[in-house]
Amino acid sequence: MESKSEYFEDLRIIKKVMEESSRFLSLSGLSGLFAGLIALAGAAFAAYIFLDGKFLLSGGFFSADKAQEMDSLKIKFLAEALIVLVLALGVSVFFSYRRSVQKGLKIWTPVSKRLLVSLFVPLVTGGILILILYFQHHWQLIIPSMLIFYGLGLVNAGKFTFNEIFYLGLLEITTGLLSAIFPVYGIIFWCFGFGLLHIVYGLAMYRKYER
Amino acid sequence: MKIDISGLNKFFENRVRLGIMSILVVNDSYDFNNLKEALGVTDGNLASHLKALEENGLIKSSKQFIGRKPNTSYYATEAGRQKFSVHLKALEEIINSQ
Repeated sequence: MESKSEYFEDLRIIKKVMEESSRFLSLSGLSGLFAGLIALAGAAFAAYIFLDGKFLLSGGFFSADKAQEMDSLKIKFLAEALIVLVLALGVSVFFSYRRSVQKGLKIWTPVSKRLLVSLFVPLVTGGILILILYFQHHWQLIIPSMLIFYGLGLVNAGKFTFNEIFYLGLLEITTGLLSAIFPVYGIIFWCFGFGLLHIVYGLAMYRKYER
Repeated sequence: MKIDISGLNKFFENRVRLGIMSILVVNDSYDFNNLKEALGVTDGNLASHLKALEENGLIKSSKQFIGRKPNTSYYATEAGRQKFSVHLKALEEIINSQ
């Protein structure tokens, strides 16, 4: 007969195997922290280089007025947002890879593939929609779309990683909806959603799981 | 104190079988190579336990080809899920009984 400690070990193994096979646990809080910092740096870069230090709050950043004169600016903003996205994703992959090595876990597993698919279906949909909105001159909807579709991606992907990601997704969606109500403050909501929320979440998750 | 082990299933005493069932109840399906990596066991060891589980109707397999390589996926049957959950509950009761 097995002793009680053997049963305890059985249960521990069951829980560990279930968790590792159904959730991607190598996501690092540092990914969030640095993604947030990159977003804020990107916004600051846009404000100082493109706008020459004039922070366009009134008049509406990405709002529909004065379309012609802002046209060249808008494509710069969109291109820069894309660069920020690629850098942020790159940083996430880098820190997740590092963490998986530390934890001795594989990074390319059935669950990490599912995580990526569930994240990227809403993300790519949003990306295509943003291009359509751009060409149809619905600029005031671009920032809300970025936040909302990113949030939907996180809500979707949250099933395959830490639960916190699900709630981060809900906050991003809320931020996106608010930015649709107040389009004049689009850039503020963008900095809050992609910058501050990432930094706060990244730090909180780093403290909770990695120290 | 006497431990009640009547709810335990002898069949799940082996840790490899336990691991296989744990993976298959939380995932729709899992293929041979991924099971092997997740559990860190050898081909032969895994294959023999998969065979035993399948013969007892706890799991099912389906074979398909990825390119020219055969690939076998496994999934838990309804009976397998139920038996495993009874076993899991019994384990938890034993742990909590003190």
